[in-house]
Amino acid sequence: MVKKQVARVWEWVIERLIHIAGVMGIILVILIFYFLLQNSLAMFGERSLGQLILGQRWSPTHKEGFFGMLPLILGSLYVTVGALVLSVPLGVAAAIFIAEIASPRAREVLKPAVELLAAIPSVVFGFLGLLLVGPWFADRFDAIQVGQFAALGSLMLCFMALPTIVSICEDALHSVPREIFNSSLALGATRWQTITRALIPAARSGIIAACLLGLGRAIGETMTVLMVTGNAQVMPEGLKGFIKPIRTMTATIAAEMGETPYGTTHFHALFAIGLFLFIITFAVNTIADIVIRRSEKDIA
Amino acid sequence: MNGSRKQLIDPRIAEKIAFAGLWAVMVVVAVPVVGIIGYMLYRGAAALSWELVSSVEAGLLPAIAGTAYLVSLTALVAAPIGVGAAIYLSEYARPGPLLRMIRLAIINLAGVPSVVYGLFGLAAFVILFGWDRCLLAGSCTLALLVLPLVISASEEALRQVPQGLREGSLALGASKWQTIRRVVLPNALPGIITGMILSIARAAGETAPILFTAAFYSLSDPFPDSLLDPVIAMPYQLFVMATEEPDVEPATMWATAFVLVALVLGLNLVATVIRSRLRRRRW
Repeated sequence: MVKKQVARVWEWVIERLIHIAGVMGIILVILIFYFLLQNSLAMFGERSLGQLILGQRWSPTHKEGFFGMLPLILGSLYVTVGALVLSVPLGVAAAIFIAEIASPRAREVLKPAVELLAAIPSVVFGFLGLLLVGPWFADRFDAIQVGQFAALGSLMLCFMALPTIVSICEDALHSVPREIFNSSLALGATRWQTITRALIPAARSGIIAACLLGLGRAIGETMTVLMVTGNAQVMPEGLKGFIKPIRTMTATIAAEMGETPYGTTHFHALFAIGLFLFIITFAVNTIADIVIRRSEKDIA
Repeated sequence: MNGSRKQLIDPRIAEKIAFAGLWAVMVVVAVPVVGIIGYMLYRGAAALSWELVSSVEAGLLPAIAGTAYLVSLTALVAAPIGVGAAIYLSEYARPGPLLRMIRLAIINLAGVPSVVYGLFGLAAFVILFGWDRCLLAGSCTLALLVLPLVISASEEALRQVPQGLREGSLALGASKWQTIRRVVLPNALPGIITGMILSIARAAGETAPILFTAAFYSLSDPFPDSLLDPVIAMPYQLFVMATEEPDVEPATMWATAFVLVALVLGLNLVATVIRSRLRRRRW
């Protein structure tokens, strides 16, 4: 009797613990937001939100302390836009190739191979950019003075965003019902016409979601951009900004937090950047999720 | 739909051109990737020697040991929470707003930039808990980072266990938890282990989350004596050598990169093989 009761209490405890673990994801998102907010609030007492986001100068160790995030925001924007311009066309094309043109056997090799690319640590991409790819560009093009510049960050990020884009796009294309494909062919369309006019429109939401997730990945990438984009907190100007050194938001946190004393304005400013990044990626991922859900509904 | 649209070129020729273009894209994507990684493995393997791996002063031993400590502890912290959450999602949760919120939270956790995890670890473990920069703080931060991965892999593994096995166990008078513990979990174990291997691989390569929570670079006292000591990790050592230490031999850097990539890709390959075996399993 007692043994049975102990077992019942034990089971009750275990099931409570499982429930707590289940909602852990929500608790964590709230905790991360709370800690970022709490540690950046002190910043807003000293500088206004406008000064922080639109200020054109970031030099926190200057004795007056300039905490203008605009150069860093633009730096992130340059690197991310560049990465998407490269990786979206390549990624979507590669996904179409894997889903529709490659033989089933080639598909079985190509897809895991692309996904394996996602496993390579970002510090390794940074290392390759710094030691190999950057100097290669600087040696060959006179316009590029230093082997560390915005577009190099975009190029390295392109390879890191590709696995996400290819994999999710390919899933979206693959989940389009075969009837659509076959009826288009039966109507006399070529395979290419079928792909562009039936398959891609049907998989549109999934493809958009894939690009959004690639965007999220690119904007939050830290070590690679820290190592290859030159660490210059200047305002990038026009198209030339792509071949000049810049500094992204993520790289600023990674480069400066290690040497910043706890509790200083500088410390809070870095948390404010983190909060800003968190809000951006949260929005991007939530929109991507809504788009994916809609596409699942469309197909069903 | 586009019946009135004029055909500029024969659609069959257009298809040939387009497919050739797609082939070209595949080559453009594959060649530099394979080329660059191949080049790195080539340079790194040439620089690799037993001395380099096993010596403390010029070598990788402290970093390899540090990474091993970090990822083991990460797995210990992440496994119970992640598998618990997966059990909840696959065995207990009912469709509704709560489930929807949990899914959204997990998706967003997977998308939080790794450096933001670093900030959270700094604020929570290093400062609030007062652990300072140490192995334990770094592992807890990494555990949060890999949590979405652990949850989704474990949930997939649990869902693949056929419903009939659960019903059979319940029909024999077992309670829900007994069924999960004795029937569902053992059958899902290989899939859960695959997820843990992938998580370990991910944690081993991350730098940004341990930057201000665990990592340091010192050759005078390179091994941690306790959970509250800082550690040297492979990705961090590679970062420091490449950016801050001008006197490091290039060979040492290439070898470090090689060992790191070999470790991470090796773990991923193991997981991929186990996973493809599992997919073929019949119930």
